[in-house]
Amino acid sequence: MESIGVLMACPMNTYLEQELEKRFNLHKFWTVPEKSAFLTTHKNSIRAVVGNAFAGADAELIEALPKLEIVASFSVGLDKIDLAKCKEKGIRVTNTPDVLTDDVADLAIGLMLAVLRRLCESDRYVRSGKWKKGDYKLTTKFSGKRVGIIGLGRIGLAIAKRAEAFSCPINYFARTEKPEIKYKYYPSVVELAANSDILVVACALTEETRHIINREVIDALGPKGVLINIGRGPHVDEPELVSALVEGRLGGAGLDVFEHEPEVPEELFGLENVVLLPHVGSGTIETRQAMADLVIGNLEAHFLNKPLLTPVV
Amino acid sequence: MATAQEEELPLVLVHRIPNFDFPFKHRLQAQFRLLDPLDSVPPESTHSFISRHAASVRVLLCVDPTPISRDLLSLLPSLQLIVCSSAGVDHVDLIECRRRSIAVTNAGKAFSPDVADLAVGLLIDVLRRVSAGDRYVRAGLWARNGEYPLGFKILLKHQFSNAFGKRVGIVGLGSIGGEIAKRLESFGCAIGYNSRRKKPSVPFPWYKTAYDLAINSDILIVCCALTEETRHIVNKDVMVALGKGGVIINVGRGALIDEKELVQLLVQGELGGAGLDVFENEPDVPEELFSLNNVVLSPHCAVATPECFDALEELITANLKAFFSSKPLQSVVEFD
Repeated sequence: MESIGVLMACPMNTYLEQELEKRFNLHKFWTVPEKSAFLTTHKNSIRAVVGNAFAGADAELIEALPKLEIVASFSVGLDKIDLAKCKEKGIRVTNTPDVLTDDVADLAIGLMLAVLRRLCESDRYVRSGKWKKGDYKLTTKFSGKRVGIIGLGRIGLAIAKRAEAFSCPINYFARTEKPEIKYKYYPSVVELAANSDILVVACALTEETRHIINREVIDALGPKGVLINIGRGPHVDEPELVSALVEGRLGGAGLDVFEHEPEVPEELFGLENVVLLPHVGSGTIETRQAMADLVIGNLEAHFLNKPLLTPVV
Repeated sequence: MATAQEEELPLVLVHRIPNFDFPFKHRLQAQFRLLDPLDSVPPESTHSFISRHAASVRVLLCVDPTPISRDLLSLLPSLQLIVCSSAGVDHVDLIECRRRSIAVTNAGKAFSPDVADLAVGLLIDVLRRVSAGDRYVRAGLWARNGEYPLGFKILLKHQFSNAFGKRVGIVGLGSIGGEIAKRLESFGCAIGYNSRRKKPSVPFPWYKTAYDLAINSDILIVCCALTEETRHIVNKDVMVALGKGGVIINVGRGALIDEKELVQLLVQGELGGAGLDVFENEPDVPEELFSLNNVVLSPHCAVATPECFDALEELITANLKAFFSSKPLQSVVEFD
């Protein structure tokens, strides 16, 4: 397989790079200065693209690679891949489901606790030596708060399971009501927000879910409500969220993702009721390795004409 | 002077230090006649105030963390119950209480969910580097330096690799420890515990000593009561047994851990991380910890939520009412 050209869209994981280099003729797209000249030179040898949440395969790249057979994404979300184009051209697409579900759900609960119990603010308070000067202020209890989940897929369900252990009533919004689920369904995000203390975004990013958190939803959540986003940045109308937080119209937010990563609105840096993370939902050593193994496993299966491990298209 | 109506209410002696008061005093006053030496007019010493009322006092309400010594107890010959507003009762002379059959209740039940929440929050924070990640983003380093170093997985087992994940050892499986276990089970963590005696109704493996527990754990959560036997229950040997990747969470009392050794091991990289809500000499926190990214520090605020104080008020009121109507008490401290 050493002669098969594999294009890695952006840096994502050192272990994955090393393992791909052992097996394939790996091209690191981000190190290439003249992208179009490079694509012209290698268009007949590149048969696979490895993408992730930041860079994948858009229509332009797919058109530039006539021998492309498979796009293996080092992510569960596929919003950086033109799926329709892949389908049309018979290009296979794989992702890394399940392996990151628990990590993302763990982090969602971690963000809820961090925002309500002001963990990061407390840590700053102690480190700055302010504790010696006075008493720390009260925070908000987490156990028993109403948790509203947008998108009850694998990740949403894993969040629900954990929140239940904290005696939190669970409600959800999804495109359709799931009859086998015991949680209460709301047919709109605004209604879900109005009946939640904590609203968590756990759906896939699609055209319909872009800015699913808009001004109306934020207002329904209200000045005591907390928004958690472990989905994708564009799920949230970020300028609306920032102004609601700055004006105190929203109680708090725990954000692992942003609209223009790695840019984060600086207005948030001074707020005590927000927790800001650099998109680390699946960022554990153990999970990234499992994800990498899955990307390699899918590519090997494809080129050995075996069934793909986690096909999407 | 108390009015005739107040005279009819059951008498409760309040024991507190001047800067510790409780916000629901006025509501208790509607149901009980509260005697508070600090409110006496003209000012009177606690000793003489208590001596004057000694014979009639059957119940003492102790506002955290006012010490209750053998001497104080000797002034109160009719005392039958001490209602404490804290979870830990290391400030009460329990040996004397046991000798005189004075019942002691704590805030355990009211505080447990909040303390357990904080313990889990600290654990996720340490393992997934939440506070450190937040610092990284706020300092503008994400845009400048790129991807943040990875954190560590919380789960027990992976679907695609058979690598074993985190085993959590709980030191002290009382009301708080039980709430922590319940929460962490939903994350898929394997639970073990250490306590004086094996609890027959608990399904988790029991370890006779903190050391045995540490050998079989990746994470140690300390939430037992502070007594003479449990002081420094987490000593250097226990921490070394936990290993280089080990994480310690303390939501009990600072003195449960040998803090000097803990700091040393963390600074030398011999321990994976720590989440600490309590310290040996509060509010002094060892400054060596301030520059470490694998520790999360919290100013003894595990119970600092309004919901927690509401639950405490409810519990104290219920226990006082139960006592005066000869009903069973809740959150009773077990003597050895």
